[in-house]
Amino acid sequence: MTMKSKGNRENTKGRLMMFGARFVVYFILIFLSVLCLFSFYMMLVNSSRSNFELQAGFTPWFSTHFFENLSNAWNDASINIPRGMLNSFLIAACCAILTTYFSALTAYGVHVYDFKLKKFAFYFIMAVMMIPPQVSAVGFIQLCYDLKLTNNYIPLIVPSIAAPVVFFYMKQYLESVLPMEIVEAARIDGSGEFRTFNQIILPIMKPAIAVQMIFAFVASWNNYFIPSLILDKADLKTVPIMVAQLRSADYSKFDMGKVYMFILLAILPVIVVYVILSRAIIRGATAGAVKG
Amino acid sequence: MRKHKGVSYAKWGYIFIIPFFVVYILFTLVPQLTTFYNAFFENYRSGLKQIGPNYVGFDNFIKLFTPDKSGSIGMIKYFGNTVILWVLGAVPQVAVALLLAVFFTSYRLNIKGQQFFKTVIYMPNLIMAAAFSMLFFTLFSPIGPINQIILSSGWADKAVDFLGMRVSVRLLISLMNFLMWFGNTTILLMAGIQGIDQCLFEAADIDGANSLQVFFRVTLPLLAPILVYTVITAMIGGLQMFDVPQVLTNGKGTPDRTSFTMVMYLNNYLGTSKNYGMAGAISVVLFIISASLSLVVYKTLSRPYKN
Repeated sequence: MTMKSKGNRENTKGRLMMFGARFVVYFILIFLSVLCLFSFYMMLVNSSRSNFELQAGFTPWFSTHFFENLSNAWNDASINIPRGMLNSFLIAACCAILTTYFSALTAYGVHVYDFKLKKFAFYFIMAVMMIPPQVSAVGFIQLCYDLKLTNNYIPLIVPSIAAPVVFFYMKQYLESVLPMEIVEAARIDGSGEFRTFNQIILPIMKPAIAVQMIFAFVASWNNYFIPSLILDKADLKTVPIMVAQLRSADYSKFDMGKVYMFILLAILPVIVVYVILSRAIIRGATAGAVKG
Repeated sequence: MRKHKGVSYAKWGYIFIIPFFVVYILFTLVPQLTTFYNAFFENYRSGLKQIGPNYVGFDNFIKLFTPDKSGSIGMIKYFGNTVILWVLGAVPQVAVALLLAVFFTSYRLNIKGQQFFKTVIYMPNLIMAAAFSMLFFTLFSPIGPINQIILSSGWADKAVDFLGMRVSVRLLISLMNFLMWFGNTTILLMAGIQGIDQCLFEAADIDGANSLQVFFRVTLPLLAPILVYTVITAMIGGLQMFDVPQVLTNGKGTPDRTSFTMVMYLNNYLGTSKNYGMAGAISVVLFIISASLSLVVYKTLSRPYKN
């Protein structure tokens, strides 16, 4: 009897503590979520308000000037945002395709074939993975000037063929999914090595390629440092350069509703992709690093 | 892997990896070497005149570490700024991420709505840093909504100059870096915890260990390799800090260059002056710091794990 009631009391105590712990945990989670969303919510609200309303003070409610701001931003004379978005999209799409195809190709080459420099190739790529890209910027810019490649998209697109991190991800993926029997069966059926890769291996790697395409696209869309050093012609500029330009302009003369709209347009494509594909993206963020 | 009799496929290995290596050598390795080479030359533009390139030995490095008129050494100051900004963002980033990763993976807590929380906290990681920074600039400007809220609620008589004070600029930059990275770190650490053998947690449970004991005796030691990886990548990312302070302070590192980072310094020399000599010298220093830091962190953090 006494034993039982003591057990019950402990049980209630335990449950109360668990309840308290859950309360604290949910509080922390909600607080952090609000912190993450707060600035974007303010941006959305303010992009729907006129300059006059914005000067008058902050209210957390949406107003009616969203489409007016959108058309003002879209047709702005000094910052050609539709052109910038088109430029950024073009570069990011090319980067996404090149980086995934060639990383998969390289990973397949190192994974499947036996050759003298196989180990060297792998460890070389692993070693250079950690080097920050800014460290070679001086030589890179000089090279672009020497080859007359400034104000050109080639130096922003072609280097994405050699992406050590994506290579590493693809290599890990191949290790986990690719049985050698498939390659050998293809050979017996008379398939050439390139055909085997393009028609059999690539479809197997589709999930890895899709995830890395998204990451490569986003990284290129957001890239600011190198493009800002290479592009200075107005109609070649990408979105991040335009955003920085917005900052260096005398903002007090600006229609602030338009400024919020510019920022919204700059991040909108990525947000849309994220809302649709968040599950796959979050899974992809994990997969590459588990063994790393 | 397995070799076929008579047929060697070795040449295909080379063919498949050639594009990667050709592009890497042309666009990264050669520029890397010419960057280092540049560090030993005087080579810049003064107005319309091009000076150099003339070989000057270690002069650029000496100049880099020579005090200016006010007695402060630019390189040291900007390295200090970068470290301060990084630490202010990265310490809460790793701490909060570790906490959240434990919450999410705890079967006792059994958190509902995990997918929602993960989606929200990971989102800032994908946002364009330049745009995020521009957004914070407009929100915290003297006429921005944060100041409007402060004024209308009577917390202050006049607008707070968030972008003119050292403390607030540094805190804003760190806050942005924290927001952009803690979700990413949480997800990495979660994967690490999920990779730990579940039997160990069950055994600890049966032995009567409480949550804190489980965390410090089981989770943390076994998570060490992933934690090392996280800290190294965060550190190398921190050294590259550029977009956020550049856009927030319009490339000036205001006030008085107290939020000026190493890469902003590098970028400054690559601008109109095209001072490749000094920029090269900064790059060499950056390279040495990032290489040695990652070595040090790796060694210190992997020691307790091995024992």
